[in-house]
This record gives sequence, C-alpha cells and structure tokens, in this order.
Amino acid sequence: MSIEVKDLTYTYSPKTPYASTALKGVSLHINEGEYVGIIGKTGSGKSTFIQHLNALIRLQSGEIKVYDIDLNAKKPDLKRLRGTVGMVMQYPEYQLFDETVEKDVSYGPKNLGLSEEEIKERVREAITLVGLDYEEMRDRSPFELSGGQKRRVAIAGVIAMRPKVLVLDEPIAGLDPKGKQEILSLIKRLKNSFSPTVIVVSHDMDSVAENCDKIALFSDGEIARFASPREIFYDDELLARTELDCPSVIKVAKELMKLGCPLPTRPVRKEELIAALTQGGRHE
Amino acid sequence: MNNIVFGQYYPSNSPVHRLDPRVKLLIVIAYIVTVFFVADYAMYGALFLFVLGVALVAKVPIRVLLRTVRTIVILVLITATINLFFTKGEELLVSWKFIKIYKEGVERAIKLALRLILLMLFPSLLTLTTTPMELTDAIESLLSPLKLIKVPVHAIALIMSIALRMIPILMEETNKIILAQKARGADFDTGGALKKAKAMIPVLVPLFVGAFRRADELALAMDARCYSSVAKRTKYKVMRLALRDLAASLVCIAVFTLVFLNKYLWPFDEMILALFR
Repeated sequence: MSIEVKDLTYTYSPKTPYASTALKGVSLHINEGEYVGIIGKTGSGKSTFIQHLNALIRLQSGEIKVYDIDLNAKKPDLKRLRGTVGMVMQYPEYQLFDETVEKDVSYGPKNLGLSEEEIKERVREAITLVGLDYEEMRDRSPFELSGGQKRRVAIAGVIAMRPKVLVLDEPIAGLDPKGKQEILSLIKRLKNSFSPTVIVVSHDMDSVAENCDKIALFSDGEIARFASPREIFYDDELLARTELDCPSVIKVAKELMKLGCPLPTRPVRKEELIAALTQGGRHE
Repeated sequence: MNNIVFGQYYPSNSPVHRLDPRVKLLIVIAYIVTVFFVADYAMYGALFLFVLGVALVAKVPIRVLLRTVRTIVILVLITATINLFFTKGEELLVSWKFIKIYKEGVERAIKLALRLILLMLFPSLLTLTTTPMELTDAIESLLSPLKLIKVPVHAIALIMSIALRMIPILMEETNKIILAQKARGADFDTGGALKKAKAMIPVLVPLFVGAFRRADELALAMDARCYSSVAKRTKYKVMRLALRDLAASLVCIAVFTLVFLNKYLWPFDEMILALFR
C-alpha cells in the first residue's frame, strides 16, 4: 500500500462568506506500482486532493498515510514526505527560477539536504532521464529554452528528488501532439525507473484510457467511481451523470457495436481495438 | 493570504453596498476631514457609535471591521506613548526622575489613539462595501472635470483598474509558486530573517517573469481588439444617483455638522459634567 486516504474533507476559507467545500469524505487506496488517473470536471476537487498528498494543504478532517508517513501525526516529517511524493504542478515551466538548468534542477535535492556529490549525480541522472543532453543543457538559462524543454527541466527538478510516488497535474496541457506523446512516454520511463506509483490529473481522456490502470472519477468533491478505464468508460449512465467525455477509441468501439458489429472484447487501448477488429468479430 | 482585510470586499446586499460609490467616496473624504475637528470625548463616542451603526446597516460583522484596526495597533501605541511623555502642560500627574506626565499629555494620547482608530475604521467600511472596480469608476467619474485641462483621466482609471485586477491574480500565482517550491522541499518558515528572505528568491523570480508575461499578453490582447485610449466609450454599469444616496448624504452631513458645532459652539463634555454637578 503506498497511499491510503480515508474520509478526507476540506473547505476553503471556512467561516467566511467565501467558504466552499472542495472535498466531501474522499477515501482512496493506491497500491505501489499503479498508474492512477484522476479525472473530473473543473472544480470537482482533483487539485485539492492531490495537494493533500504532499501536505501542501493542511489536513482539516480525515486520514492520510503515504507509505509509513502518517500525515495525521502531530509533526509529520514533511521533508521525507516531499522526497517521497514528487509533485509536478500545472504548467511547471512557470516555476523555473535559477540562472542555469543545473542549479534549478538541484534546488529540490539541495532542500532534502543531500551531499554535493549525490546532488550532482542526481541532477545528471534527472536531466538525462527527461531526454535532454546534460552536458549541453547544464549551463544554459532555463528561460531561453523552448516550451517543451522548459517543461522537461521542471519535471527533472522534481524527479531529481527520486520520489517513490510521482504526482502530475495536467502534465500535457498546452502541448502539441508530439510534445504530448513525449511527455507521456517520459512518464512511463519514470514509472519504470524509480517512481513505481504514478498519479496523473488529466482532462485528456485518450491519454488516461491509454495509460492508466485505474481511474478515480471526481464529481462535486466526491469520488464517483474508482475503477479500471474499461469499467468507467463503458458505464454510459455514469458518463452521462458526470458529463464525462469518452476516449476516441471507446467512442469508435461503441459506434461499431451500435452499428451491429460484434466485438469480442470491450477495447480501451488502441491496440485492443485493432486486435478486436482484426481477429474476432467478423461480420457474418 | 486571507489576512489582508484592508481593501477586501465583504459581499452582501445591504443598502450601504448599493449606495453610489461616488457618494460613498465623497462621504469618506468629508469624514476624514471631519475627524480632525472632533474635540470632546462625547463626540468621539458618538462618532464610534455612528461608525458601528453604519457597519450594522452594511451587514459587515463588527469582528471583520475591527480586524482592520490590527494593522495600525503598533502605530497607535507608538503615537500615544510619544504624546503621553512629551506633551507639556500645566497639571503635573506623575513625576519620577526625568519622566513627567501631564494631564494634557494623557488627554492628548487618548484622543490621538481614538482619532487614528476612527480614521482607520470608516474608510475600511468603504473598501469592505465597495468593489475595487466600483471605486475606480467613482474616481474616474469624480476626476472627469480634469479632462478639461487635458489630464488623461481615463488612462489613469484604466491603469488603476488593471492594477487592481492584477492583485488577486498575482496573489493566486504567488500561492501556486509557493506550493510548487514547497513540493520541492522549500522551507519558508524556519531560519533567521536573511535565510527567510533568501528562501523567497525561488518565488519572486517566477512571479516577476510571470507578471511581465501577463503584461505582454494583456497589451497584445487589447491591441488585437483595437483598444484606443482616446476613443469615446460607454460604461457597462452606469452610476445613477438614487434617493438613498441623498438620504445617506443628509445623515452624514448632519453627523459631521454636529462635530463642528461641538468644536466651536457646544462643548458637550462640559455640558455633561455640568449635569452631574
């Protein structure tokens, strides 16, 4: 068990005219090695939820445990928590600040209090992992890079802390299709290296269906369903109730079935659809 | 970020909220002038009651209003202390080594403290019941006679409203950046002043970069919509004087007149003391 959340409730600006409840009794178990997608409309509580995982928001009521770190403890070990849960915020490229790429990426490890050598080693590793050339990049200013490169540097800054859980808030927002693919395969690479658990908040249903093992569907501050993409996207009643859009693969599959083309499986990923179409389900 | 009350709008639908912002602004200006003429304790008391009364009508909780005073507590204490010790008078109350406190000093300290608090309370009510946008509109409208001598009133108002509009955006951005750097293990809360100041660099640099980026984008967007500062434009919300504005003005004029009457004609404190004699 890497993350356990029980009955989490959170209200913004409580006891003022601006008070608004963002989370209402959310419970969730995430196992090590899972790739979890978090979806839901704007304002459904997704961001509030993931910010709790890193103690960026102080607990109001409920329980959170990340590995052996208990956030309900009087003084949780925040440094260790933030080294364990790596958080890549929305548009992370807007948080770059230092003169050189190397210095910027080393900010996180430095805050963890690691040794010079260790920091250097991790920075080199992180920059290489995100697909950039360390020797070429290290002395450049992060402000002169291209948008996609900036975002990678920002992600490198988080993974240089070697988090066991990687949380990403809309990692592919505002990128072109090629940039999206690059970031998505980068996330997979990271999952296979040292962040076995990945949690992604996304509005992009295609990428969620393609990559995630499980999806937590947020609606109005509650989790409407926590299940596999297959269970969620083939539940028409649930989709209608939460005004959720279907991934294009599943749209195609549903259209085909409606037109009378029997598919042997309920495909979610592109390859599954192709396999279903080429192997079984031939029209009589 | 929620502790900056001055300039924070308190939403409600009270008669005070609905007053014409120009009238409110003029009343506050008149009030500020008037406060300097308050002479007697009784009049101070009356003005406090007046301010509390307006707060009551405005449906602004007294707790919220009093919070605005917190920001000037130190100023009030310093001013009062200085006046207490350094005012020379005739009636000596305390004399200990070099410290001499006169009756006039005590009176002056109390009255100055009361005056400062009054000066903070009522203008805070203006910002609590009026949105920054309304205020900008009011200032533009009140300054419009200056157009005759070629003062770019509209441009000034636009700069003000953009600046006001940017404050919450930049605050939100600051919050986001702070969270992001915290997630990277930043520590803003411990250490001495120098360490804390240094810890803010990773927040301030992206904030400035972002502010310039936003300014650029806004300028482009305005340009794309053919914005021109000389064009004649109409208002989305037209301000019109209503009966309640007249009523509010009359009430306030009455109160302010009372202050001047008190100072020059009717010494309330002496009159009250005479009653008990």
